[in-house]
Amino acid sequence: MSVDTATVKKVASLARIAISDDDAARLVPELNNILGWVEQLGEVDVAGVEPMTAVIPNTLRLRDDAVTDGDVRDRVLANAPQAEHGFFAVPKVIE
Amino acid sequence: MAALTDLGVAAIRDGFRAGDFSAREVAEAFNAAVASARALNAFIVETPELALAAADAADAARAAGHTLAPLAGVPIGMKDLFATEGVQTTAASHMLEGFVPTYESTVSGKLWAAGAGMLGKLNLDQFAMGSSNETSYFGNVISPWRRNDGGNAALAPGGSSGGSSAAIAARLCPAATGTDTGGSIRQPAAFTGIAGIKPTYGRCSRWGIVAFASSLDQAGPMARDVRDCAIMLEAMAGFDAKDSTSLDLPVPQWEAGLSSDLRGKRVGIPREYRIDGINAEIVASWDQGIAWLRDAGADIVDITLPHTKYALPAYYIIAPAEASSNLARYDGVRFGQRELPEGAGLQDMYAATRAAGFGDEVKRRILIGTYVLSAGYYDAYYTQAQKVRALIARDFEQAFAACDLILAPTAPSAAFGLGEKSDDPLAMYLNDVFAVPASLAGLPAMSVPAGLNAQGLPLGLQIIGNMFDEQGVLNAGLAIEERAGFTARADKWW
Repeated sequence: MSVDTATVKKVASLARIAISDDDAARLVPELNNILGWVEQLGEVDVAGVEPMTAVIPNTLRLRDDAVTDGDVRDRVLANAPQAEHGFFAVPKVIE
Repeated sequence: MAALTDLGVAAIRDGFRAGDFSAREVAEAFNAAVASARALNAFIVETPELALAAADAADAARAAGHTLAPLAGVPIGMKDLFATEGVQTTAASHMLEGFVPTYESTVSGKLWAAGAGMLGKLNLDQFAMGSSNETSYFGNVISPWRRNDGGNAALAPGGSSGGSSAAIAARLCPAATGTDTGGSIRQPAAFTGIAGIKPTYGRCSRWGIVAFASSLDQAGPMARDVRDCAIMLEAMAGFDAKDSTSLDLPVPQWEAGLSSDLRGKRVGIPREYRIDGINAEIVASWDQGIAWLRDAGADIVDITLPHTKYALPAYYIIAPAEASSNLARYDGVRFGQRELPEGAGLQDMYAATRAAGFGDEVKRRILIGTYVLSAGYYDAYYTQAQKVRALIARDFEQAFAACDLILAPTAPSAAFGLGEKSDDPLAMYLNDVFAVPASLAGLPAMSVPAGLNAQGLPLGLQIIGNMFDEQGVLNAGLAIEERAGFTARADKWW
């Protein structure tokens, strides 16, 4: 499998990264090099093998369903590029 | 008496307790070393005042006759991937430039609670993605080492923990934190002639560490020798309810358990690591390591790890896939940079912010990760890689039925020059060929200095242990260290 400029632009759009046509064209051979190389995984016989999602078989712990923190609004907002009236502010979403 | 900056963690700790010097004298000596080594670009932020404050607290505790914390009087460097309250934390990215956390990562908090002081935040590859420290937004870290050919070519300190490795090798700090996703502690340690251990996945809490690939990311210490790594790791490790994959196990007393007597230990030599075209100096160093471990009493056994050659390609699917998900949080809304072109809507703001905030390598990995997770390709790439990962873990499981430890090279070469590989992502990725398998299997692994190559550059040897057996890894590392007698250091030019 390999990617073309249109695919690179599609993937960049899915990843929410703005790229120019030039960037997309430059990325095509770079990504194809990497994808061509990882394709060797296809030759491994994985019949009956479960995909590994965690190296240590860990059951997720549950804690009591109780409030353990909060009341830190200003600390949460401290690094926001634009905080207004105790909220994160973003450009208008609804036209 | 040796300069204070020539002392390691144990020597500073013990000398401070014995009253040979004050903690303030130590902090001042390292602060001065840091300030005079800016040519290395190892630090993104220097925090001499924090090092002094911790030192003064240690001196006051000593004067008052209080019980001293384990790392009282010891100043360290902190990789700039750990969130530090009140001190800028960037992951070496433009995206997080100016980000000042309002909280402390678990690992850094444990080190401060153990009495350590912070000399500053260490440079790294951007979001820990790289093997040469050339992807940092804040510029390359230059290794203190130079080839013995009389030239002054700038060499890579390794990556991603390149600021950590360079700073320790240059005696700017006695120890530092690192993180290892696919070799980022071990490869820079090997390149700069120092020691570093990645513990079993889950030993050190990931809470407050800027996430790269969560199923692989693991913090660990870097220092000049094995004992110092053991001391640091004891302070860094431990269960943390805030990390869902944290190991709920007691922290062993690794320093007290150190022993270089390897009688009764079986050390496996994986035949698949003798890759085609392997560098002769690396083979010679590996053979020397085998002889040293045999001399320490170990039995050497041949083992097979049949899926070794697939570890790197599997890693370069799994790590970018997890990164593409983890880095989705950088949206220009909650923290970090925002890029808002005139008249842009929300979606445009996201795209512009991420285009401006991420460097090329980070974008490359996000795009690869997004692609392999996208509809139609998920099974062919991502699921297949996860299955191969299971086979790699099974290889180790079977090998550890026949041996207790594994010895291998850390990296396929000594340090390369800055710029030599930066135009070819694949060539750069191949640097981690020996480091990645243990990462995929979550195993503890360490690099220790083994000697110098013909160009006068350090080479490292890697010990991989079974799950939870950091002690075995450290002990074998100690056996090599005692026999290698590695005392070489970079001549000061900075």
